[in-house]
Amino acid sequence: MSITGLTAAELLRRMEREELSCVEVTQAHLDAIDTHDQQIGAFLHVDADTALAQAEAIDRKRQSGESLGSLAGLPVAVKDMLCTKGQTTTCASRMLQRFVPPYDAHVITLLKQSDAVLIGKTNMDEFAMGSSTENSAFKITRTPWNRDCVAGGSSGGSAAAVAASMAPLAIGSDTGGSIRQPASFCGVVGLKPTYGRVSRYGLIAYASSLDQVGPFANDVHGAALLMQTIAGYDRRDSTSVNIDVPTFTKTIGKPLSELRIGIVREHFAEGLHVDVESAIQTTLDVYRSLGAKIRDIALPHSRYAVATYYLIASSEASSNLARYDGVHYGDRADQFDKMVDMYAASRGEGFGAEVKRRIMLGTYALSSGYYDAYYLKALKVRRLIQSDFDQAFQNVDVIASPVSPTPAFRVGKLVDDPLAMYLSDIYTISANLAGIPGISVPAGISSDGLPIGLQLLAAPFEEERLLRVAHMFERETEWHKQRVVLESN
Amino acid sequence: MSVPLTRDDVQKVAMLARLKLSDAELDLFTNQLGQVLEYVKMLNEVDTDTDAIEPMVHVAELRNVFRDDELEKSLSRVESLANAPKTDGQFFLVPPIMEGT
Amino acid sequence: MHFSTIIGLEVHVQLLTKTKIFCGCANRFNPRNPNVQTCPVCLGLPGSLPVMNREAFRLSLKTAMALNCQITRFTKWDRKQYYYPDLPKNYQISQYDLPFSSDGWLEIETESDGSSAFQTDSPLSASSKTKRVRLIRVHLEEDAGKNLHDESGQGADSQVDLNRAGTPLLEIVSQPDIRLPQQARAYLEELKLLLNYLAVSDCNMQEGSLRCDANVNLHVQTDDGEIIPTPIVEIKNLNSFRGVELALNYEIKRQIEQWKQTGQKLGDVEKETRGWDADREVTFAQRGKEEASDYRYFPDPDLVPVSVSEELIETICSEMCELPAARRCRFQLEFQLSNYDAMVIIGQGRIFADYYEQVANVCGDGKQAANWVTQDVLRELNDRQITIDEFPIRPPELSALLTKITGNEITTKSAREIFSELLVDMGNGDEGKEISGARIDQIIDQKDLGIVSDVGQLDAIIAVAMGRNKKAVADFCDGKQTAIGRIIGEVMREVKGADPKLVRKMIVDKIGS
Repeated sequence: MSITGLTAAELLRRMEREELSCVEVTQAHLDAIDTHDQQIGAFLHVDADTALAQAEAIDRKRQSGESLGSLAGLPVAVKDMLCTKGQTTTCASRMLQRFVPPYDAHVITLLKQSDAVLIGKTNMDEFAMGSSTENSAFKITRTPWNRDCVAGGSSGGSAAAVAASMAPLAIGSDTGGSIRQPASFCGVVGLKPTYGRVSRYGLIAYASSLDQVGPFANDVHGAALLMQTIAGYDRRDSTSVNIDVPTFTKTIGKPLSELRIGIVREHFAEGLHVDVESAIQTTLDVYRSLGAKIRDIALPHSRYAVATYYLIASSEASSNLARYDGVHYGDRADQFDKMVDMYAASRGEGFGAEVKRRIMLGTYALSSGYYDAYYLKALKVRRLIQSDFDQAFQNVDVIASPVSPTPAFRVGKLVDDPLAMYLSDIYTISANLAGIPGISVPAGISSDGLPIGLQLLAAPFEEERLLRVAHMFERETEWHKQRVVLESN
Repeated sequence: MSVPLTRDDVQKVAMLARLKLSDAELDLFTNQLGQVLEYVKMLNEVDTDTDAIEPMVHVAELRNVFRDDELEKSLSRVESLANAPKTDGQFFLVPPIMEGT
Repeated sequence: MHFSTIIGLEVHVQLLTKTKIFCGCANRFNPRNPNVQTCPVCLGLPGSLPVMNREAFRLSLKTAMALNCQITRFTKWDRKQYYYPDLPKNYQISQYDLPFSSDGWLEIETESDGSSAFQTDSPLSASSKTKRVRLIRVHLEEDAGKNLHDESGQGADSQVDLNRAGTPLLEIVSQPDIRLPQQARAYLEELKLLLNYLAVSDCNMQEGSLRCDANVNLHVQTDDGEIIPTPIVEIKNLNSFRGVELALNYEIKRQIEQWKQTGQKLGDVEKETRGWDADREVTFAQRGKEEASDYRYFPDPDLVPVSVSEELIETICSEMCELPAARRCRFQLEFQLSNYDAMVIIGQGRIFADYYEQVANVCGDGKQAANWVTQDVLRELNDRQITIDEFPIRPPELSALLTKITGNEITTKSAREIFSELLVDMGNGDEGKEISGARIDQIIDQKDLGIVSDVGQLDAIIAVAMGRNKKAVADFCDGKQTAIGRIIGEVMREVKGADPKLVRKMIVDKIGS
């Protein structure tokens, strides 16, 4: 097997045994990017020289017998939403196309400390607003499985990079499903941690009470490895929870006996693609064969999740994005009359349509006279959605569901119908509102040859359980081993 | 809440949000935002009054997160101004600020 | 027709923490060196997050408690959203509906309550000279940076300095209980004194660590007893306590004229904002905001709420030093001081009052200590432009000096001479020379200032002097009381340390006998 396409664990093993050097590993992945990325559009920036320099340094460290970090030599692609010191960080927006942060995000610091090779910044929906990575100001990312279809969003670039074997690991962010859904569309593993597990310091904010940084990998082990590296308390983030991080990789192989899986009847209703439904049902059969009990649970308020999410996320976003005005950083318009105009012109030019829509929705929802009916109301329904999950997890260990009503849709299909796009987040969105962890694992291929993901959700801080349950399934199937065959550019 | 969103409303919101919109955008957004606002009305079906449901801003019930009053390294002036669209090397420069701007 | 003035003050004070409210940048007034006390957080860079400064919150609690406020047990921060170049995030983290404290008061001394014509609903203290100004709320927020406009008027760019962005700011909002410009000034001075005592802020209006906006309108009482409120005007850009008083004086006159001309009532027009021109000493209309600000307050999701425990409140309470008002009272009682003297001493700050108290306690005569401290010492501090902790004569030495007066060892006049001599030591570059009790004794010896109480010695000298001044004695017997002054003077010249009162008595006795 070629170097690219190996799992993180396999690469680490070979590098430890010195069968492969870090430079070789990095170079192989850089070559893959060169060969395939024009068609896929996963990356916004790749700095080959810096990546190779990092790889060389790690090889030297290994030679001299120095101790190495847990990700030593592994190329990691990073969603262009995390600040990387000295490297442009754009959030796929014209507004930040020239922005060079003077500091590293906490997660970036952790990755560097663990000797990862930061191979490049990946494409995304602008400011993480979208479910397809069509809202990027620069390019569209396509699922490596079919060039006519989207990679999913907003972390489409990171998911596609792993799926196309351009990096064994990648970092994304998930606010309403932005890791899980592209993972599903690209046939890789994607994990959204519990809110507060991973520091948001340096993650350019979209919706502060919903955003979380998480890993992509080819398999559950890779996700676990990356997860335990980036998780942990950071005093620079007031919402960071000070709780121990288990060594997930140690326990993922331990199945759960007497596993109780909850499913929500309403999830399997109209609108669900027939292949997706059948894939999920097959998954449940696999779990049954492993001794799991499948139970019906109710999440009575789940039908309100999309409305609740879009009001809260847009409100927070309208405020988080107010700072982009071309005064202290960001692009400033060339033509304008006076100050007010400068702000409006800079923002009008710098932001794409979806960003503007959500800023306006949020501004409206927070404005005087509408605050109670929209924003405040949504916050109350949020509490009810969270308590639905609290209730459910009294009786089940995990909840299983589809990730998305359909496999990857065609480029251009939903981009002009924002509401339809929002509704496609129906399965993933509640987890962000409740702050609970969720994972997407490859669980099938549709009749059109597109990957289908299974979503598992667990109670707060139960990532370990989630990974173990996911691994139980992975061990019984071969979906995670499938690598898409790519044509050259 | 029952009055549909007008173009004028959208214009006002765009002003509040400091977004310069073209006429085409104004029309498009009035339509699209109108649809979204219609959709979110479904939240009215949820009774949040009877049991006086508390709004949930944070999912984790954290309290009292503080930092000590200790000096940390600041950025140099060069670093602070590095991304400024216009600067004289000391200050961020903006067009003259007049009353009411 | 009678006019009553209704004044409310909104004061912002910067807290004396080492670092800013949400980040570890230095909290220091530094206008000469722009944009060096900044970091991703206070610059509002993408991805940055705020973390609350524990000391800022503690100082805030302390202040609110000293202002007799109710402390809420659960408080949170909200985003106040508006666009301005000195506000990097285009929102200010402030407190909206759940400020950490509310409903307090501050008592001020005032000559009149300014409400002679009719009742106000502002409660007055028992003493007619003390007025209680109620506070609506005290809350904690972040300061913005600084905009510098092009003064030349040629339309050059404005300059933005973010050193100040993120400084912790306490907002103190009073009820409109103030009735006179003089009271407004007294309020600010008392507030400054209090905050100085608490070591919470240095309240320096020139440096911007205290800023004040005033809201003022009139209550017009017509002849038939109706009270008509006029539109409220907010005055901004006040830059000194004196300026506040002048601005209010000017504004009140202007509003009275305005009322006479237009008869506008509260509600007829929008609230007006006027600026204070300190040079021309007038208020001027500022162009109204283009659209009424909708700040779209909502709870900041990057910060978590704070629960204030009973323990914390008790700890702060017990650590609370004696506040100015209480200390004034105690000094009056304990040291038998006049209200005026107590005010002067307390008004000089906590360390000065500490100095006084030490002197008073050791020498045992509070009034005498007050005289010396408020006159001699204070004069020296002003002349030499030094503070009380730089003053070389420390409480033990001053007490020793004063004790010698009360013990009749030296006269007050001599003591003043010694006092000057001690300070001359300092001026002579003898700073190293310790001003000590021993040095005092030394000077007494050198200058022969000791009061001579040896009656026998005096007797002889008096007899001689009387012999030389027979006419004076005769005049005295004739009824001219002052005639023996000559004799006293002669005796005093011979015996420098003689107690003039004793000498006089002895002469009179001798004449009498």
